[in-house]
Amino acid sequence: MFCELQALKSESIDVRGRRSPLDRRSFLKCALASGAALGLSEAAHSATGIAAEAGQQKQDDSQFVVEAKFYQKLQNRKIKCKLCPRECTVGDKERGYCGVRENRGGIYYTLVHSRVCAAHVDPVEKKPLFHYLPGTVAFSLATAGCNVNCKFCQNWDISQARPEQIPAEYAPPQRIVELAKQYSCPTIAYTYSEPVVFSEFLMDVADAGHEAGIRSVVVSNGYMQEEALKAAYGKMDAVKIDLKAFTESYYSKVVTGQLKPVLDSLVTLKKMGKWTEIVYLVIPTLNDGDQEFRGLAQWIKTNLGADVPLHFTQYHPEYLLKNLPITPVETLERAKAIADAEGLHYVYIGNVPGHPAQNTYCPQCRRMLVERVGFTASQMLIQKGGCPFCHHPIPGVWHI
Amino acid sequence: MMNTMHIASRRDFLKKALSGAAVLGAGGGTGLLAAAEQGAAGAKSRVAIAHDALLRGAGSTPGSSVDARRMLALLDRAMQALFDRDHAIEAWKKLVRPGELVGVKVNTLGGRGISTNPQLVEAICERLQEAGIKAGEIVVWDRETEELERAGFHVAENGNGVQCYGTDRVDYEQELVMHGSVGSRLSKILTQRSNVLINVPVLKDHDGAGVTIALKNMYGVIHNPNKYHPNGCDPYIADLNMLPEIRSRMRLCICDATTAMYEGGPAYKPEHSWKNNALLVSQDPVALDYTGWQIIERKRAEKGLKTLEAEERAPRYIATAADQEHRLGTNDPKRITTVEA
Repeated sequence: MFCELQALKSESIDVRGRRSPLDRRSFLKCALASGAALGLSEAAHSATGIAAEAGQQKQDDSQFVVEAKFYQKLQNRKIKCKLCPRECTVGDKERGYCGVRENRGGIYYTLVHSRVCAAHVDPVEKKPLFHYLPGTVAFSLATAGCNVNCKFCQNWDISQARPEQIPAEYAPPQRIVELAKQYSCPTIAYTYSEPVVFSEFLMDVADAGHEAGIRSVVVSNGYMQEEALKAAYGKMDAVKIDLKAFTESYYSKVVTGQLKPVLDSLVTLKKMGKWTEIVYLVIPTLNDGDQEFRGLAQWIKTNLGADVPLHFTQYHPEYLLKNLPITPVETLERAKAIADAEGLHYVYIGNVPGHPAQNTYCPQCRRMLVERVGFTASQMLIQKGGCPFCHHPIPGVWHI
Repeated sequence: MMNTMHIASRRDFLKKALSGAAVLGAGGGTGLLAAAEQGAAGAKSRVAIAHDALLRGAGSTPGSSVDARRMLALLDRAMQALFDRDHAIEAWKKLVRPGELVGVKVNTLGGRGISTNPQLVEAICERLQEAGIKAGEIVVWDRETEELERAGFHVAENGNGVQCYGTDRVDYEQELVMHGSVGSRLSKILTQRSNVLINVPVLKDHDGAGVTIALKNMYGVIHNPNKYHPNGCDPYIADLNMLPEIRSRMRLCICDATTAMYEGGPAYKPEHSWKNNALLVSQDPVALDYTGWQIIERKRAEKGLKTLEAEERAPRYIATAADQEHRLGTNDPKRITTVEA
């Protein structure tokens, strides 16, 4: 999945809590392709001595293996996964499409509980969540795996890998909470790869975090079954969904998934009262038509309301889709203009540093309320959930 | 009784090195066949099938292992039949040349119940050495070292003997390779430690693909096989086999059909397996898969099971592999010569 923006302020963290700068490869990727922080840096690994370099030293897998929560047992030791709409039927000794869940003798297991392959302290704006505690940082983590295969994935080297193929460290929920506290993070973010596939871990971390007064947010594709979504994301304090396009054909060809279940998830989140923001990665020629932008904006307004923030973000060539140019800023501005015209109140442009559409404006008096420079909220004027000038309510989670 | 394969003992090395030395320099510079050429218009692909009812000895029990000497003889018969040669070594010399690095890609997902037999691999390695390949230039491999061990192989990563280990020991290439629906990282064993690929799969039912034989065995070469199981693995299997790194290296497929499965795969289900005591050998992986599929269908009919087509899981990937876009071989029975050895 395409997740977060460049991470100039990110720091890699090992599970012993030591900071390390981004390694060169991560830096380049972040700087050039606006990629997310890419796993624990090499420096972090060498410092801990815990993680095994993939392909060189066998990790003790047993500590990461926990029975999955969402599946159904079938005959002949087969199972049907009920986590995402794919509903993989998985035979004994096989894995589901995500590559991180395995049938062992008719019982389905997640292989990535507490198996953290990326951990960073990020500005929450990097998720991006613009209406959630501006100017704060989130302890951000990932495990391997994803339940789709986007051709433009910026983090494919962890999202499209099996857990045993990439370095990871054992970091149980309580340890994650300790690290979040150590780094003064009011929030833990599940991000980078696809949190759907590590739902059990996410749920346990969220519970531990809430007991310690630390919130949780998730950055997800929303390609999830309703029951699992309610159980897992019900524990979240905010959700960012990557709505990758507004056509089924795009989801089929470019994402290897389906659109409708994602739309259903957005409606479910709305009903659950979860603060939700939407990111739409605009890719030239593939999902950048006026009709698509208009249909998207109309659907959001009708089904979710005009106050749901929508972020149009810039694509950079990566993974299996390198033949298209970087999205022109004009295209993003066109998308925003259409969504604005359809009546959405908070339409942002992302991955374009310095663009004025990174800021939050009051939809009534048009005054700027949150100014953002890069991933930093340089000015935050919202008071008591509203505009200090005209007192118009501004929806979001604004204060700790 | 030999139930494990010690690939790289010093004694074996010396013995094989000596026997190999006897034929070094005697090899001719014969051209190498390619599966695609066999599948070309007018040509017929050959699939040799060799049986030995006594492979496990007279009165063998279902769980008994194969006899190594009989396995070597069975392999020889298959190779002689496939290449129409009086002596097996002549066939092997058509395949490999001294100095080449040979990867023997086995299939060990099914544990001891249904994996490539170590005895068969030992026989292959012996003949490769007699054809002029040094023991240390042969690597027997699969995805995971642990799976190789569970299937009875002894790991050997150093020394002059035949090497045996999984991709987990050397990792996958960082760069992606792509063809059609497939974008994957390849095992470094394939890309860096072999320029000849001998594909040694097993013959079994597969709940997703229909059957898994030679073409699907290449799922063990990439880092993300889990992404390629939708839609009966079609067109993923065919696209994967189109990757030049695979296609240019694969010179021979030797399907270990000594134990086969007609239902319930890919995990080993003893109740759905049978002792077939046969090898299927071909240079055309499509023809071999087609032939293997028919064997499984015959067994299913014998057991009163529906056809894979009736179960809506016919291995469509075989036709895709043979189509105009892929041309990896032929699935046309009229263009497949089956040679009973």
